Amino acid sequence: MSFLEYAPAPESRAILSLRDSYGLFIDGEFVAGRGTPFQTISPSSEERIAEIADANEQDVADAVAAARRAYDRVWSRMSGRDRGKYLFRIARLVQERARELAVAESLDNGKPIKESRDVDVPLVAAWFFYYAGWADKLDHAGLGADPRALGVAAQVIPWNFPLLMLAWKIAPALAAGNTVVLKPAETTPLTALLFAEILQQADLPPGVVNIVTGAGDTGAALVAHPDVDKVAFTGSTAVGRAIAKQIAGTHKKATLELGGKAANIVFDDAPVDQAIEGIVNGIFFNQGHVCCAGSRLLVQESIHDEVVDRLKSRLSTLRLGDPLDKNTDIGAINSREQLERIRTLSDIGEAEGAERWSVPCEMPENGFWFAPTIFTGVETSHRIAREEVFGPVLSVLSFRTPQEAIAKANNTPYGLSAGIWSDKGSRILAVADQLRAGVIWANTFNRFDPASPFGGFKESGYGREGGRHGLGAYLAPAAIGGRTAAPRAIERTDASAEASVAATKPKARARRAAAAKKGAAK
Amino acid sequence: MAGTTLVTARERALAVLGGDPDDATLRRYLHGIPGVDAVGLEQRAAALGTRSIKTSSKAWALDKIISLIDLTTLEGADTPGKVRSLVAKAMNPDPSDPSTPRVAAVCVYGDMVPYAVEALGAAHGDPDDGAISVAAVATAFPSGRSSLEIKLADTAEAVAAGADEIDMVIDRGAFLAGRYGLVFDQIAAVKEACRRPDGTSASLKVILETGELVTYDNVRRASWLSILAGGDFIKTSTGKVQPAATLPVTLLMLEVVRDWHRLTGHRVGVKPAGGIRSSKDAIKYLVTVAETVGEEWLVPHLFRFGASSLLNDVLLQRQKLATGHYSGADYVTID
Repeated sequence: MSFLEYAPAPESRAILSLRDSYGLFIDGEFVAGRGTPFQTISPSSEERIAEIADANEQDVADAVAAARRAYDRVWSRMSGRDRGKYLFRIARLVQERARELAVAESLDNGKPIKESRDVDVPLVAAWFFYYAGWADKLDHAGLGADPRALGVAAQVIPWNFPLLMLAWKIAPALAAGNTVVLKPAETTPLTALLFAEILQQADLPPGVVNIVTGAGDTGAALVAHPDVDKVAFTGSTAVGRAIAKQIAGTHKKATLELGGKAANIVFDDAPVDQAIEGIVNGIFFNQGHVCCAGSRLLVQESIHDEVVDRLKSRLSTLRLGDPLDKNTDIGAINSREQLERIRTLSDIGEAEGAERWSVPCEMPENGFWFAPTIFTGVETSHRIAREEVFGPVLSVLSFRTPQEAIAKANNTPYGLSAGIWSDKGSRILAVADQLRAGVIWANTFNRFDPASPFGGFKESGYGREGGRHGLGAYLAPAAIGGRTAAPRAIERTDASAEASVAATKPKARARRAAAAKKGAAK
Repeated sequence: MAGTTLVTARERALAVLGGDPDDATLRRYLHGIPGVDAVGLEQRAAALGTRSIKTSSKAWALDKIISLIDLTTLEGADTPGKVRSLVAKAMNPDPSDPSTPRVAAVCVYGDMVPYAVEALGAAHGDPDDGAISVAAVATAFPSGRSSLEIKLADTAEAVAAGADEIDMVIDRGAFLAGRYGLVFDQIAAVKEACRRPDGTSASLKVILETGELVTYDNVRRASWLSILAGGDFIKTSTGKVQPAATLPVTLLMLEVVRDWHRLTGHRVGVKPAGGIRSSKDAIKYLVTVAETVGEEWLVPHLFRFGASSLLNDVLLQRQKLATGHYSGADYVTID
């Protein structure tokens, strides 16, 4: 037998206890949606996972109204310390249910369990822990004393990191004192709904976070709702542009985190074995469904052939298959639609004259799959060097001098991220200084930390998520104030703060829920 | 197993270096090798360590680990009796299960070689053929602080007594002082001392003592240097210095061996030694070998574990796989 054909090591699905159908999470409860429900499937097998409610305009209005009530009556009045306690509680619950969330994420999204288990879910917890710590320190967020929350935040997130993008959005919003209506992507709503259960478990006051599932219409209705104060969107540049137009001239603030076509620059003095790993991690992590993926490899001409050669042998050891197998490196493409796009762009690459090489590997019969692929001989004028493929496809270009590398790296409408590989520190700093990209990795790639701001230049969007900057995106200086700024609670002593969190235990919660329902009936 | 001949090793080195192996030439060559990014190397090793090896793969791995062990005793208190006991364990690791493979070799101090050879009797031979080799540490092991004459005499004596493999230590002091030519010459001289009167040669393992070289860049350079000078194996550690073998260091040495093979078509072995005590850890090494240089390296003349307590943990795991429950320390023999 061959040792490298490791025996199957599937992560058990027994830990999941999924419902057959999920409603919308509005005002702390799951409620039916008014649209036509849809099925969420596993992209690795196309099997049905659960039925998901579709929120229409009226449902969205209910959710925004619930968020507004929660903002006015509870969340904006609560002390930062108490908000922080809820966030810490959520973070701990995410850790407690980490395995379950990881399995659900891999099932619904198609990403390998080793990534959801070792990257996505731990980062989700880290994000909540990080912003929990900020909740009572907003005076130090860089906006002067006593900054105000914005109000109700409408958040629309993509399918590539469903739960992680939820955390990036919800954690800073809540820490800053906003309430939230979040719409997960149509193809990956599952972990957001499990997260809603966690919010119930954490006893978060009803309406502080509402989750509405659905397709593009739901998102559009949410962004368009007049009572929304802040729009946070992660997704394609086309949709981001539409949102920016839609909300132009309104009071709504926006942060947009859009596409990318990152350059991963490898100089001839790079630590070559680690650079190979970085190239692989840069473009094949999460099947390349990463907005900051290093999809353009710029390699110095003197080592081009050697790097490509080594890259090919390394790629041959990647294991494509069942996302729930603990040894899987490359999972499934998230949807048929995305698979078609990847195929189309790859065919165009070939037609344009680039040389295509794919890892020879067996594809599972069902589901959506695309073998890791690299294109060599790519020129800057080729479409695969310019358009975001959002799949496991790498375009390899070469350069001769640092100046040329910088010029090629910047020659894109995007500017989300970039990578530099060199053993020479001074070169790394000099090149990084001239790259127009929001995130620049040196001798690594695709590393994320809640303390580090993330966001783009040019068509990659505006605003930053993560770190103090990400917090600032949900705050306004005291002098300007939120539109419906409520008086802030006076910080209480530890003892009374404990009492206040204790007071949000089920009884009080039921009371509030009843009151809220009465309010809605009026 | 037989070592490569000195003449080809020297010719190969000259061709690769493009000149005589003096300090300047070696320095130019070794410092021209791409650097190692420590963070990236350790991340890669950690990622390889997360492979989940179950059921049939695990059973295969456990047997493979046993067949790659250099069962070692390197104590001042070693006696002929201790060595005979070690050899008995090497030949029959698990008395309760005759299907258990034998280890690759026993590794002892040079003066213990005759007792090991005698105790092995007919079982003495090439581990690639299922027999057991005798490996001897030599060259003023573990510090290497002695004159070349004494190192060579130490080596020649072990070979004459029947050692099939010589585990030498490099002069770390000379390496750290940049005297690469001296280190090269010493390895080449020890290699020459491995020759037997019949023209065959004992296999030479070159111990880098990575715990004293400290940086990964040094480990990479010392690996290249040892291979250039004719080492048949590069070995991490003596086991007398901490840290001994680590997964990142072994990964790095495997990468050198892989690159050397790409360059020359010649295969060199790797031996992590010291500190590998559990089956779980040893399986991580197998994964690292298979995914870095390929599965064909998982044979006794290309990969070894230098270990003593590892064997019993593997035997316990093996018993667990067979019976479905864990036994305990009293169900495996102490040596």
